Amino acid sequence: MTALAAKRALAGGAAPPLLAVEDLTLDFRTRQGAVHALDGVSLDVSRGEIVGVVGESGSGKSVLAYAIMGLTDAAGHVRSGRIAFAGRDMLGEDPAQLSDTLGREISMIFQSPRTALNPIRRVGLQIADVLLRHGNMSRREARARAVEALARVRVPDPERRFDAYPFELSGGLCQRVMIAMAIACAPFLLIADEPTTGLDVTTQAVVMDLIRDQVRAANTAVLLITHDLALAGEYCDRIVVMHAGHVVEVAPAPRLLQQPAHPYAALLIGATPGATTRVDDLTAIPGGLPDLRQALPPCRFLNRCARSDARCGAEPLPTRRMGDGHLVRCWNPL
Amino acid sequence: MNLARIAAKRLLGAIPSLMGVVVVTFLLSHALPGDPAVLFAGPAANADSVAQVRAHLGLDRSLLAQFLSYVGDMAHGNLGQSLTTGQPVLADLVQRLPASLELTAAAILFAVAVAVPLGVLAATREGSLADHLCRSTVTVAAAFPTFFVALLLVYVFYYLLRIAPEPLGRLNDVYFEAPPALTGFYLIDAAVAGEWTTFRGALSQMALPAVSLGLFALAPIARITRASLLTALGSDFVRTARACGLTRRKVLVTYAMRNAALPVVNVLGMVFSFVLGANVLIEDVFGWPGVGAYAVKAVIQSDYVAVQGFILMMATLYILLNLLVDLLSIAADPRVRMEG
Repeated sequence: MTALAAKRALAGGAAPPLLAVEDLTLDFRTRQGAVHALDGVSLDVSRGEIVGVVGESGSGKSVLAYAIMGLTDAAGHVRSGRIAFAGRDMLGEDPAQLSDTLGREISMIFQSPRTALNPIRRVGLQIADVLLRHGNMSRREARARAVEALARVRVPDPERRFDAYPFELSGGLCQRVMIAMAIACAPFLLIADEPTTGLDVTTQAVVMDLIRDQVRAANTAVLLITHDLALAGEYCDRIVVMHAGHVVEVAPAPRLLQQPAHPYAALLIGATPGATTRVDDLTAIPGGLPDLRQALPPCRFLNRCARSDARCGAEPLPTRRMGDGHLVRCWNPL
Repeated sequence: MNLARIAAKRLLGAIPSLMGVVVVTFLLSHALPGDPAVLFAGPAANADSVAQVRAHLGLDRSLLAQFLSYVGDMAHGNLGQSLTTGQPVLADLVQRLPASLELTAAAILFAVAVAVPLGVLAATREGSLADHLCRSTVTVAAAFPTFFVALLLVYVFYYLLRIAPEPLGRLNDVYFEAPPALTGFYLIDAAVAGEWTTFRGALSQMALPAVSLGLFALAPIARITRASLLTALGSDFVRTARACGLTRRKVLVTYAMRNAALPVVNVLGMVFSFVLGANVLIEDVFGWPGVGAYAVKAVIQSDYVAVQGFILMMATLYILLNLLVDLLSIAADPRVRMEG
């Protein structure tokens, strides 16, 4: 890949998407056998776009995020597929190349910001570490840039907060520090893994608004990993629904919320509290995720689904087009 | 809260424990078998002279009266006179303590220099051959009793290979003179005075006892280094550091190792106490003129005054050591600083 091609890839337009995951299959080797965590997962993210990945715990959302970052646990093993970022093959990069990309072109916001920050290092220094790693600058300059980054995420009194330790800050402030760290080098892609988990509701909105404002201003693309469909609906352009390591549905956010095609997506919406639903109206999704260590039927939602028939357990899932940018993998879509 | 204030607070907090130690050592040393008066009076004494000696030593008074005069003397810095050496116990101990401390410090330094890199290697290559190898070596090193290792080392390096000097104390006084006393640590004093031949002499005398003591400290240090580094490497903040593209070295040193240091420091404090205790055996084997050998002799000869002094000194040392460990943890971890 030449520099020119990379540039063209980043320019958007008719060029390929910024991030393209194609047919990714990933297993974890455990003592009880292989866990089929991801199976044939495909998704893409274009420049400036906010894409939500939604599913219950264990659906493979975070595994996907870590795979894109090259941070998969040592037991993880990519069986097939491709991850292309700005036209580069991320799975083929050596660790040195990858670490040049991470933090600079792709960065990540983690859940539970208190534990995701180094507890015994001043938060400003942690931001400065990233700046020093990727930018050619002096320590003094890095400090000034880190204070700027804190100010940009609206941390009050950033000059003083530079010297704070994470335990001296609230959860919301810690998450702002994480965001400041993630966007310090102006990345092209930001992966946010449950960025609001563990924060109270008002802080959640503040943090999400902050992420949206920052990325819109810089034309950064976002992959938002969340189990909260309402949150995804509010902040994302497109939503990808995952279940048990499969992508089951992809649609523009408003369309998915109004006309879900996959039975699982519909059930997820029914289980999501919103402004118009009362808690009593919420319905739980029956059953649990299948055991990913076993041999699995083509449709992994089979045993929880009211619409399943003989084909679901026998034939490979079809990908059906339900409308503009709306794809579903199901024999009996709604 | 600043360090000096915390240190002062911890020192004050140590006073009750010290008072407890005074009471317990007094009672314990009076529970020692053997009658010091008989021993002191000598083999030719009759009942009369023994009684005389007993009165002279104050042993005929009630336990409470003895205790009060003991505490009173101690308040004046008088730990009593040794029944065997005839010297003030405090002077004996002060003269011998540097030898023990130097040996212990050298043993710990040796153990840290070997065990910490081993632990780091094992943690960064978990499950590899290096990991298993260092675990088994360290376990074997710890499995043998210290005095046995000491004798074995003397046998191999002094008797068979003839590369170690005679195991007779801190310095061979046929060839060397003790360096001018400054700290009482021969290595430091010799280095300060620039007497490098003396330094080498003292170092070669110290090598075998320090290694035998240190071998026994390898296992706990290596294990805790490995375990706490593994915890740190598996933590969320190390994952964050990797996700930010920080270099391997930066992630390992600044992020993982600094966080792993705290448990290691705590264990070092404990290990230091153990090694100080193990000195008692090693000093005997190597003719080391330290407090350990002194204490063994005092116990055998029913010299309860010296035993009291020794125990009191060791307890004080342990308390100071704990204080030092506390201060180190505070320096290493800002969270501890907040708790005060």
